[in-house]
Amino acid sequence: MILAILPLLVPLTTALLCVIAQSSARLQRAISFCGSFVLLVCAMVLIWRVNLQDTVTLTAGNWPLPFGIEMTADRLGSALVLIAAVMVMITVLWQASDADIAPSTPGLHPLLHGLAAGACAAFLAADLFNLYVWFEVALICSLGLLVQGGALRQLDAALKYFAMNLIGTLLLLTAVALLYAATGQLNFTAIGAAARLDTPLMLPLIGLLVLAFLIKAASFPFFAWLPASYHTLPGPVLALFSALLSKIGICALIRTLGSTFQPTPELLFTMLGWIALLSMLSGVLGAAYHWDMRRILAFHSISQIGYMLLAIALASRAGNAAAIFFALHHSLVKAGLFLAAALIYRQTGHYDLRRIGGLYTAKPFLAVLFLLFALALVGIPPLSGFWGKYLIVSESLIQGEYLWAGVALFVGALTFYSMLKIWLEAFWKPHPDHNWQPPVATRLTPAYASVGILALLTLWMGLFPEQIVIFVTNAAISLRGVSP
Amino acid sequence: MIWAVALAIGVVVTAGTYLALSRDLLRCLIGLAVLGNGINLLLFTAGRLGSRVPPIIAEQETTLQNAANALPQALTLTAIVISFALLCFSLVLAVRLVQVAGSDDVTMLRSAEPPATDAVKPALEDVP
Repeated sequence: MILAILPLLVPLTTALLCVIAQSSARLQRAISFCGSFVLLVCAMVLIWRVNLQDTVTLTAGNWPLPFGIEMTADRLGSALVLIAAVMVMITVLWQASDADIAPSTPGLHPLLHGLAAGACAAFLAADLFNLYVWFEVALICSLGLLVQGGALRQLDAALKYFAMNLIGTLLLLTAVALLYAATGQLNFTAIGAAARLDTPLMLPLIGLLVLAFLIKAASFPFFAWLPASYHTLPGPVLALFSALLSKIGICALIRTLGSTFQPTPELLFTMLGWIALLSMLSGVLGAAYHWDMRRILAFHSISQIGYMLLAIALASRAGNAAAIFFALHHSLVKAGLFLAAALIYRQTGHYDLRRIGGLYTAKPFLAVLFLLFALALVGIPPLSGFWGKYLIVSESLIQGEYLWAGVALFVGALTFYSMLKIWLEAFWKPHPDHNWQPPVATRLTPAYASVGILALLTLWMGLFPEQIVIFVTNAAISLRGVSP
Repeated sequence: MIWAVALAIGVVVTAGTYLALSRDLLRCLIGLAVLGNGINLLLFTAGRLGSRVPPIIAEQETTLQNAANALPQALTLTAIVISFALLCFSLVLAVRLVQVAGSDDVTMLRSAEPPATDAVKPALEDVP
């Protein structure tokens, strides 16, 4: 059914139209906005259909499976596609404000939609090689977005991002080649059926695949590309990156470990659990050192990835459901934090907390918005982060993993320290320069609107979590090929 | 035959890894490209070597007889295209980076992450 491939065709078409319209910035923005709106509608229809009939599948060229290239939208994929569509919409909406001081380049909109196409297709791909191809599309578009400014630090960041991600890509390709050689299949379902999991050969092959996804998801000890590059990006692009890029790796991990290879060797889950703990700790401690808001939030991304990995490592239906819930929550909240930080930058001209302050008296609404996202990230009830962490910690306690649950709670406390640091330094303390005044002539309504949408979504997820918990539980059930 | 190819893949991957660990920026990128080509060779051999018969079903037959596996060849072709695009991008990036930074020593490229001067707080940067 064509619906399964629309989240990939719509952004690709939009990207092409944006390239054609690059001589007129106004036209380009209009096309980009329409394209993101159509993508949002497609994603909503898709998730509605998936909720009715479990999966929407398209097999290219009418070839019988496992020979045809299959795109399958299940609950996990379609929920992430919806998040991606919302984020593209918000990023494009933000461009209508003057909050982004960097000059807009003609390459920005095509690359944004290209990244969305790569991410959406990677969420929907049901074929290992297809997944690799869309990983690459997302990689090349994100590289293009990184070098848009052309400043030395951006080029430097792009080089490090490129080198680390290319290693991950090559490992992924190696794993694809070896798994094909071992099983003769590429389709997820067919590989799972053909894999002889009792033979000693499969453990290193699945391990290699997991390793490649861990590099893409920026987990410990492979996260170096993330804090090296994120802080050089303009605010809205940064929000899109944080919401999409690491989720591609997480989605692929949930699919391989939770669905394709059954039963997955226990050793992999144990190792993943320890990697998750180290990711949570190293991310949150790295954030404690920094004073640049973007760097603090980028390090927190690593620590939050740790929570998702921990949930996957619990290797149960409830664990997978918690991982999906946390991925959805983190995309919205972290993007909101980055956008709020970009608004602070627009008001004060700096991201470094030591150079700014006094925003509580000048912009109280922004202070409340930031506090909302910060408390949601920490996991204060009744915000979305609380439910995410509650699902993870309660499942660890049920499985008797008291250390894992304890570390998850401890990292939450350290997250609170970092968020409090940003809020106190940026909003509460007086500005170091007594003569500082916020800029007067600003056109920030679209920017506030996009942050406001994210805040409402976070509040909705926190106040009415039952529907989403039921949805992610059904998603975790249908991962195993059973209809909920 | 398969041993010769395996040895060749080993040599190419070793050479690529050695070059990628170099401090010289261009060597490092060429190394990554060579490494990628080694992996492409691996992908090619995943379909087994041996037959040179094209995968076409002969007349009055319904199954393939001892034909070469065409799928890994298609996969390798795709992977080559992708790695070539990434190589081109990385070379342009390297040239621009060397022009702006004035150095091709990767240990000197620290502008995105300046070295720490203080154990407690990072240095105040001039750029916003």
